[in-house]
Amino acid sequence: MIEALDAVTLARVQFGFTIMFHIIFPAFSIGLASYLLVLETLWLRTGKAVYLNLFRFWMKIFAVAFGMGVVSGIAMSYQFGTNWSVFSDKAGPIIGPLMAYEVLTAFFMEAGFLGVMLFGMGRVSKSLHVVATGIVAAGTLVSAFWILAVNSWMHTPAGFSINDAGQFVPENWVAIVFNPSFPFRLVHMVLAAYLTTALVVGAVGAFHLLRERTNAEARRMFSMAMWMVAVVAPLQIVAGDLHGLNTLAHQPVKVMAMEGHYESYPKGAPLFLFGVPNEANQRLDHSIGIPRMASLILHHDPDHPVKGLDSVPDENQPPVAAVFFSFRIMVGIGLLIALLGLSGLVLRRRRRLFESPAFLRAAVAMGPSGFVAIVAGWVTTEVGRQPYTVYGLLLTGDSASPIDAPAVAASLTSFVVVYFVVFGFGIWYLLRMMRSGPVATEPPTGSQRKNPRPSPPTQPPGLGHGHD
Amino acid sequence: MIDLPTVWAFILAFAVFTYVVLDGFDLGVGIVFPLLGTDENRARAMNSVAPVWDGNETWLILGGGGLFAAFPLAYAVLMPALYAPMIAMILALIFRGVAFEYRWRDPAHRSLWDRGFHLGSLAATCAQGIVLGTIVQGIEVEGRSYSGGWWDWMSPFSVMCGLALTAGYGLLGTTWLVLKSTGDLRERAYVVARFAAVAVLGFIGIVSLWMPFLSPEIAARWFTFPQIVFVLPVPTLTAGLAALLAWGLMTRRDAVPFPASIGLFGLCYAGLGIGLYPYIVPRAISIQEAAAPDASLQFMLIGAVILLPMILAYTGYSYWVFRGKVDPDAGYH
Repeated sequence: MIEALDAVTLARVQFGFTIMFHIIFPAFSIGLASYLLVLETLWLRTGKAVYLNLFRFWMKIFAVAFGMGVVSGIAMSYQFGTNWSVFSDKAGPIIGPLMAYEVLTAFFMEAGFLGVMLFGMGRVSKSLHVVATGIVAAGTLVSAFWILAVNSWMHTPAGFSINDAGQFVPENWVAIVFNPSFPFRLVHMVLAAYLTTALVVGAVGAFHLLRERTNAEARRMFSMAMWMVAVVAPLQIVAGDLHGLNTLAHQPVKVMAMEGHYESYPKGAPLFLFGVPNEANQRLDHSIGIPRMASLILHHDPDHPVKGLDSVPDENQPPVAAVFFSFRIMVGIGLLIALLGLSGLVLRRRRRLFESPAFLRAAVAMGPSGFVAIVAGWVTTEVGRQPYTVYGLLLTGDSASPIDAPAVAASLTSFVVVYFVVFGFGIWYLLRMMRSGPVATEPPTGSQRKNPRPSPPTQPPGLGHGHD
Repeated sequence: MIDLPTVWAFILAFAVFTYVVLDGFDLGVGIVFPLLGTDENRARAMNSVAPVWDGNETWLILGGGGLFAAFPLAYAVLMPALYAPMIAMILALIFRGVAFEYRWRDPAHRSLWDRGFHLGSLAATCAQGIVLGTIVQGIEVEGRSYSGGWWDWMSPFSVMCGLALTAGYGLLGTTWLVLKSTGDLRERAYVVARFAAVAVLGFIGIVSLWMPFLSPEIAARWFTFPQIVFVLPVPTLTAGLAALLAWGLMTRRDAVPFPASIGLFGLCYAGLGIGLYPYIVPRAISIQEAAAPDASLQFMLIGAVILLPMILAYTGYSYWVFRGKVDPDAGYH
């Protein structure tokens, strides 16, 4: 029995580890693909070289990030079967088709047109090239749509029945896809992807502005990124709040863990800013809280009673510490990002957006914060729904494959070693490319051989007086 | 009323075959990578597959995702049985996939990533061959789950299948290079392709003779009248295509060996299908038993019918954009 438990725990660690690495790349490529589309469209509209230079610069970075997303994604698509075979058998009839639609509507489109986007400049016309970029960008969003439908259904299952073999059988696909938590999760995740990308773009721009205040590409990308942060950060706070209220309605136990509410509060619950969850004694140690604030936020009434984990049997509780801390990390970073956006607006009004070294340094420091917030938010929602894979219906402990612990331990070790080597190098390359900055490159070199189509003019106006 | 599980078995079989052919040639380029001579040759070989490799690999995701969706029971039984080779394949594909970008980003470590590209391609191919061999020879099933051990996949037959697929992808890779390259790279590809062709034909012979001994059911399908009348075209056509391949390689018709190799793969695949039908987990779980409820299959079929032709069209388009011999200066790096 102990061994069986160990194998499940190892499988969970493996899934968590591989998806945590994976989630970083699609989140970045969702935002970056849209940004590339904006840059290329602006270049075609205005003919300004600065946009082409930025497009080429971020396209190379996109290629590396996208490649890492593809290969780490293959691991995800097979891991359901290798490590969670009982879950696959039971939930396959519902989430399998959604994932198949993701492959059919998104992955093929992205992969098919990525080749044209990366290698096709000079081989296809300019307008066809921008269409390819647009299709790649759309593909990333369509992919997010389906995979978040899958994830949301596991949190708030709807539109199904259960057959004799214990399988979830689809009854209503609209109810399955648009399950109660889906719209909130989708908006929250896509905004997170845009915000994360804007922070990276902003950090790279700020880094180069600190070296050379007049760098036209750096100024343009920094300005664009700070607009994006200023607009999206407040929207994300609203979206996050609505998602939280949705969670309260459908997964109240998760909210108890997020808030650190071990006890029930019949007359208004405090909002704990900090504390140390004490699982053994079922209480929050060293807590600092604002009285009745949680009732006000969750129920818009300071005296509203709030139930705590004391109303939930121990075996149905998620691990509180992970949920409690990750939630605070996410919200804390979210507030800092909003502050960055606001400061940018103020400086812009004073025409000092590019002039304040302190602000530029802050933007550099905030560069990776979006990724941290995404991973923290993911921990909050996924650990918070334990002990279930399909919420309330299928226990995590009953979902795993009949694989011995040593086999899972061996595969987990291999994943850790390979991911640190491969993605360690990859992230290093990405940072190196970001550090070297955009350059005014050669015009696209088309094929030298006979081309049935006349080569489009590739020399953009204004090229050749860029800078390194 | 159409029989949805059978329809989906054919769609999946098509997806897997498309994967085998498409990723087969780009994995094959990786397998023969060290035999291509100069760094310039290697760069051109890699550029010939760089624009299409991730589209090719998407068929693998469709194969896995499709099995999960259409035959969840088979997916749930097969994946744990294939645990070690599947994990090895995934990790190997990671190494060779990132090499496409990394080798250009880091000239100081280029030989490291070239080796990763080669060994990753080789290991992924072996693992896929072993997966195939394990499925063909059969696995232990109890109730709705796999009941064997985690080394059961290891057998002389499965290892032989790993070697056979390596030769097969090597043939696809070299004949692809013959089609796409000029000069020294083309010369070398021709030399390696001839060796690969001999090895492939040898392996086809061995597997064909070995398979009937794995189960009397397979033997009965091939060697009793009247079935033999229906299956006889498979070996006959195989012999014809083998001759065409040999002719193309000997007389240097660049456009012949690659399609001939694809044809050989198609026939071997058909032969396997004849041996295994109607099982999806051989001799344990049938296509019907493993199928998801009709509600799932119907929902997906609508999408597949509309989207697969579109996917084939734009995949064809992206191959067409990069048609012809590969340009030594291609790439955006």
